[in-house]
Amino acid sequence: MTDWRGVAAENRDDLDDEANVLLRARSRRLLGDLLRPHRRAIGLLVALIVVSNAAGLSIPYLVKIGIDTGVPAGTRTLSMIVAAILGAAVTQALTRQAFLRFSGQIGQETLLELRRRLFEHFQRLSPAFHEKYTSGRVISRLTSDVEAIAELLEGGFDGLITAVLTLFGTAAMLLILDVHLGLVALAPFPALFLMTRWFRRASLTTYRRSREAVAAVIVHFVESMTGIRAAQTFRREPRNQEIFEELDERYRAANLAGMRLIAVFQPGVKLLGNLTVAAVLLYGGWLAVQGEVTVGVLAAFLLYLRQFYEPMQEISNFYNTLQSAGAALEKLSGVLEERPGVAEPLVPVALPAARGEVRFQDVRFHYHPDVPVLHRLDLVIPAGQIVAVVGATGAGKTTLAKLIARFYDPVTGRITLDGVDLRDLGEASLRRAVVMVTQENYLFGGSVADNIRFGRPSATTAEVEAAAAAVGVRGFVASLDGEAGKRGARMSAGQRQLVAFARVFLADPAVLILDEATSSLDVPSERLVQRALRTVLTGRTALIIAHRLSTVEIADRVLVIDDGRVVEDGPPGELIAASGRYAGLHQAWLESLT
Amino acid sequence: MALLSLWRLKSYLRPFTSVIVLSWIAAVVGIAAGLAIPLIGKEIIDGPIAAGDLAALTPLGLLALALGVVEAVMICLRRWLQGIAVFGVETALRDDIYAHLQRLPMSFHDEWQSGQLLSRATTDLGTIRRFFGFGALFLVMNVIQLVVVTILLLRLYWPLGLLVALAAVPIIVVSARFEKRYRVISRALQDRQGDLATHVEESALGIRTIKAFGRGGHVFSRYDGLAVVVRDTALEKVRLSSRFFTFLEIVPSVTLALVLLLGATAVGQGALTLGALVAFTTFVLQLVWPVSSLGFILAMGQEAITAADRVLEVLDTEPSIVGGTLVLDRPRGHLRFEGAGFRFPGADRPVLQDLWLEVRPGETVAVVGATGSGKTTLTSLVPRLLDVTSGRVSIDGHDVRDLTLPSLRSTVATAFEEATLFSMSVRENVTLGHRDATDADVREALEIAQATFAYDLPWGLDTRIGEQGMSLSGGQRQRLALARAVLGRPRVLVLDDTLSALDVETEALVEDALRGVLADATGIVVAHRASTVLLADRVALLDGGTITHVGTHRELLAGVPGYRALLAAEEVLS
Ligand SMILES: Nc1ncnc2c1ncn2[C@@H]1O[C@H](COP(=O)(O)OP(=O)(O)OP(=O)(O)O)[C@@H](O)[C@H]1O
Ligand SMILES: Nc1ncnc2c1ncn2[C@@H]1O[C@H](COP(=O)(O)OP(=O)(O)OP(=O)(O)O)[C@@H](O)[C@H]1O
Ligand SMILES: [Mg+2]
Ligand SMILES: [Mg+2]
Repeated sequence: MTDWRGVAAENRDDLDDEANVLLRARSRRLLGDLLRPHRRAIGLLVALIVVSNAAGLSIPYLVKIGIDTGVPAGTRTLSMIVAAILGAAVTQALTRQAFLRFSGQIGQETLLELRRRLFEHFQRLSPAFHEKYTSGRVISRLTSDVEAIAELLEGGFDGLITAVLTLFGTAAMLLILDVHLGLVALAPFPALFLMTRWFRRASLTTYRRSREAVAAVIVHFVESMTGIRAAQTFRREPRNQEIFEELDERYRAANLAGMRLIAVFQPGVKLLGNLTVAAVLLYGGWLAVQGEVTVGVLAAFLLYLRQFYEPMQEISNFYNTLQSAGAALEKLSGVLEERPGVAEPLVPVALPAARGEVRFQDVRFHYHPDVPVLHRLDLVIPAGQIVAVVGATGAGKTTLAKLIARFYDPVTGRITLDGVDLRDLGEASLRRAVVMVTQENYLFGGSVADNIRFGRPSATTAEVEAAAAAVGVRGFVASLDGEAGKRGARMSAGQRQLVAFARVFLADPAVLILDEATSSLDVPSERLVQRALRTVLTGRTALIIAHRLSTVEIADRVLVIDDGRVVEDGPPGELIAASGRYAGLHQAWLESLT
Repeated sequence: MALLSLWRLKSYLRPFTSVIVLSWIAAVVGIAAGLAIPLIGKEIIDGPIAAGDLAALTPLGLLALALGVVEAVMICLRRWLQGIAVFGVETALRDDIYAHLQRLPMSFHDEWQSGQLLSRATTDLGTIRRFFGFGALFLVMNVIQLVVVTILLLRLYWPLGLLVALAAVPIIVVSARFEKRYRVISRALQDRQGDLATHVEESALGIRTIKAFGRGGHVFSRYDGLAVVVRDTALEKVRLSSRFFTFLEIVPSVTLALVLLLGATAVGQGALTLGALVAFTTFVLQLVWPVSSLGFILAMGQEAITAADRVLEVLDTEPSIVGGTLVLDRPRGHLRFEGAGFRFPGADRPVLQDLWLEVRPGETVAVVGATGSGKTTLTSLVPRLLDVTSGRVSIDGHDVRDLTLPSLRSTVATAFEEATLFSMSVRENVTLGHRDATDADVREALEIAQATFAYDLPWGLDTRIGEQGMSLSGGQRQRLALARAVLGRPRVLVLDDTLSALDVETEALVEDALRGVLADATGIVVAHRASTVLLADRVALLDGGTITHVGTHRELLAGVPGYRALLAAEEVLS
C-alpha cells in the first residue's frame, strides 16, 4: 500500500504472543460480564434445551422399539409407541420454541447492553482519542463488530448447547444400546478433538485480520462519503476507488482465508462421521450375522450416528461464528479498556453554582512532545470578566480554550475553576459551568429546533424561539421544526453558525468560550449577534477568540497570544494606546475595513 | 415480484459461472453420496445379514466407506468454490456501490446519511452474500433432497410415500404466510440499524460539540432510544421466526410417527419387509433436517431480498449530474452565468434566478451578499456540484453541462468555506485528485496559501492530520484547503469565503500571493470582508437571488446603500 495514509504517532495493530493471551482473557472477561446478569435465564435455557433434546433423541429410540417390539406385538403396543413419539415431538417443539424465544431475548438484551456500554464509553473518551481513532472506526466497532457478536448470540448458543448435548446424549445411548458397537462408534473422538483445536488456532488470526480489514473498509467509506464534495470537485474519485478496492480486496482475502479453513474443517468432521458409519455397518453387520445384535439395534445405531454427526456440523458452524465473534470481542474489549485521556476524578468535587474564576498556574501544554504549544502560562481571569483572545493563526488560542473546557489536561501546572483543579471537578459540574462554541460548528440531523435545544435539552419551545430570534435564526427558516439536513446541509455556512450560536443562549454556563463563533457571518448578522451577546454575557466569565476585532469590542481585557505565550495583556484601550502588537493588529484591521 | 431484486443482481454472478456450476455439481454429488449411505445400510440388513452371508458384507461396507469419503471431499470442494464465488460477488458489489456513490451528486449526499449508506455497503451485502453462499444452495438442495427422498419413499412403498408427500402441504401454506410478515420485519430492522449507525456517526463526528456543551447524556438517551427500538424489532423477529421454526420441526416428527404406525401394520400384513421399514424410517429422519432448516433458509432469503432492495435503492438512483462529451483542450476560463437560476428540490422558491454575470479570463469578481443569499449556491453551479434549474452557465462559450466532468472540474478549482480534510498525509490532502503534482507544485501551492507550516509538522508533508484535519488549528485547515485549490494553477479559481479563519496579517500575506495567481486566472471570490473584496477587479452584489449591481468596490460603496450596509458598516469602537 502506498503512503497515502501518512504517518501518525502510533500503530496499534501488531500483537505478540503475550498480548494474545491478555486479549483472550480480556474478551472472555467482557463476555462473562455481559452474560452474568442472565445467569439464571441461561440455566433455564439449558434446562429447556436438555428437555428438547431428550425428546428429540428419544424419537429414533422409540422408532427402534417400534420396529423391534411393536411390529411383532401388534397394534396396542404399536399405538402406545406412536403416541409416545407424538408426545416427544410435541414436547420437543414446545420446549424448543420457548428456548428460541428466551435465547433471543437474552441475546438482544446482551446486545443492547453492549451497545450502551460502547456508546457511553466512546462518549467518555477524550477528543484526542477520537482524532486518531476516527469516526469510521467508532462506527465499525458499533456496527460490524457488534453484528458479529449478534450472530453468535442469535444462532450460536442454540447450536452449541444442542450440539454438545446431542453429542453426549447420543454417545450414552450408543453405549447403552451396545457397548462394543458403541465403542467403535465413539473411536474417532480424539481425532475430532484434535481437528477442533487446529481450527481454533488457525481461525483466530484469520478472523482478527478480517475484523481489521472490515474496519479499514468502513473508515475509508465513511470518510469519503463525508468529504464527497471535495472528492468530486478535485477529481479524487478514481484514487478513492483505487484505495477502496484495495481495502475491499484485503477484506475479501481475509474472508476467503476464513472460508477455506471451514471448507477443510467441516467436511473433515463429516468424513469422520461417515467413516464411523461405514465401520459400524461392517462391524455391526458382522455382529448381526453372528446374532450378537438385533437388526433393530443396528438400525437404531445408524439413526443415532446420523444424529450424532449432524450436530457436529453445527458445532463447526458454531465454532466459526464463535471465532469471528471472538475477534470482534477482542476489539470491543480493547476499546472498553481504553482509558479516557482526561480521566473523571475518583472523588469528584461538586461545584453546584460556579462563579467562574479561571486560573492558569504554570501551565505547559503540547500535543506532540517535540512541539510545545503553550509555554508556562500564568493567568487569572476573575469571575465575570470578558476576555478577548487574539493572535496569529496557529498561535494556540483554541488550545487555551480547549484546556479550560478540559478537552485536554495540561502537561504540567494546573487550571482551576473557582479554586478547584479541573482534574478534580466532576464531569457534570464542569460541563454545567463551562460551555464552548467550537471553531468548527457541528449540526446534527433533525430539526433546527432540536439543534438549538442542544444547548439545553429541557428548554421550552418558547425559550428555543427566543434564542432563535435573538441571533436572527428566525429570519431565514420558515419554521424551527424544519429539517436542518445532514450536518446542517440545508443551510448556508453562516446560517449554520447562527444556529450553533443560538445554543449558547439556552445554555447557562458560568464560563462561556466562543471560538471564532461569528467568522462566517456577514456584518449585519454579526452585529445582531453581538448586541445579543451583551445581554447574555452579563455576569459571566467569557473568553472570546476572534480575528475580526469587531467581535472583540465588548471585551474588558485583551490577551494577545503569540507562539504559545501571552505577549500583551490589558484593557483594549490601553493596549491600543501602548502601540504594541495589539495596536498594530488594530491598525491593520482598521485599514482592512475600507 | 419480490425475488426480482435478487434476480437483478445476477450479473454479478456471471464471472463466476463456471465456479458456481462446479460447486453445484459438487453439491449434488455430495448429497447423492450422502443419500446412498443409508441405502447401503438397507442392503446390508436385507442382504448379508438376513442371509448370514459374511462375504457379501465386506464389499458393501467398503462401498459405504468410499461414499463417505466422496461426500466429505465434495463438501470441501463445494465450500472452497463457493467461497471464491460469494466473496467475489460481495466485493464486486461493494466496489460498485462505492463507485456509484461517488458518482451521485451532492443533492443525493446531502439527503442520505452515511450511516444508511454504510449499512447497505456492509450489513446488507453480508446478508446477500450469506444467502447466495448458503441459503440459495441449501434451498435448492433441500428441495431436491425432499423431492428425491419422497420419490424414493414412493418407490419403496407408495402408500407411505404419499403420506410423506402430503405433509408438504401445511408447510407450503404456513411458509407463504410467514414470508410475507417476515419481509416487513426484516426490512424494518435493517432500516433501524441504519438509523442507529447514522446516530453513531453523528455522535462520533460531533464529539467536540457534544463535549463542549456537556451533552453526553442527551446524546446517549437518543442513542438508547434507537437501540431499544432495534432490540424490540429484533425480538419481534425472533418471536415470529421461533413459531415458524417450531412448526417446521414438528411436522416431520408427526409424519415419522404416522409412518411407523402404518409401516408396522404393513409389515404385519407382509406388504413391506422389515429392512424396507428401517430404510423408510431412516429416510424420513433424513427429511427432518432439510424441512426444519427450511425455516431459517427462507428467513435468510427474505432478508436477502430486503437487503437487495435496499442496495438497489442506491444503485438505481441515477446520477442526475453526468458529464457531457466535450473536452476543453486549452481552456481560457471565460465564465458566464446566462440567466442562471437554481431551486433546491422541494423548496417553494428559487435561491437564484435570472442571474447574469460575466467573468473574463484574468479577471476576478467578488460576490458579496448577506448570509444565506445564495453565494455558495452560485459557486457550486460552476463545477456542477449543483446544476442550474434554469438558464445556463458557460465556460469559453460552452455550456458546462456539455463538458466532461473531468475536463470541467480540472478547469475549475474551489476552496470551500469549510475546509474538507481527510485523515491522510498532508501531501495527499493537498494533491487530492491531482496525482501528477510534483513536490515543487505542492511547495508552490503551500507557499501561496501561507501554509508552509506543514513542513514543520512532526513528519513533514507525510504527517497524517487527524480526522477532518482536527489536529490542525482552524486557520491551518483553511490554508491547506486553499493550497489544494491553487495547486496546479487552475483556469477558474473559486474562493468561497476562504480567508475567514485567518488573522489580519496572515490574510494580507495570503492575499498578496493570491493576486499573483488570480492575475492570470478567472476568479470568483466570495467575501464578507472589505479586505477580501479588494482582491477583485469588480464586485457583484447578490441580493434577492440575483445580481443587482456590478461595479468596483468604491462605486458600489458610494452608490448602493445595500452594499454599504453589508460591508462598510462595521462599527469601530476604540
Ligand atoms: N489536536 C492537535 N494535535 C496536534 N497538534 C495540534 C492539535 N490542535 C492544534 N495543534 C497545533 O497546535 C498549534 C496551536 O493550535 P491552535 O488550534 O491552538 O491555534 P489557534 O491559535 O486557535 O489558531 P487559529 O486561529 O488558526 O484557529 C498549531 O500549530 C496546531 O497545528
Ligand atoms: N440543500 C439545501 N436544501 C434547501 N435549501 C438550501 C440547501 N442548501 C442551502 N439552502 C438554502 O439556500 C440559501 C442559500 O444558501 P447558500 O449556502 O448559497 O448561502 P450563502 O450565500 O453561501 O450564505 P453564507 O454567507 O452563510 O455562506 C439559504 O437560505 C439556505 O437556507
Ligand atoms: Mg483556533
Ligand atoms: Mg456560503
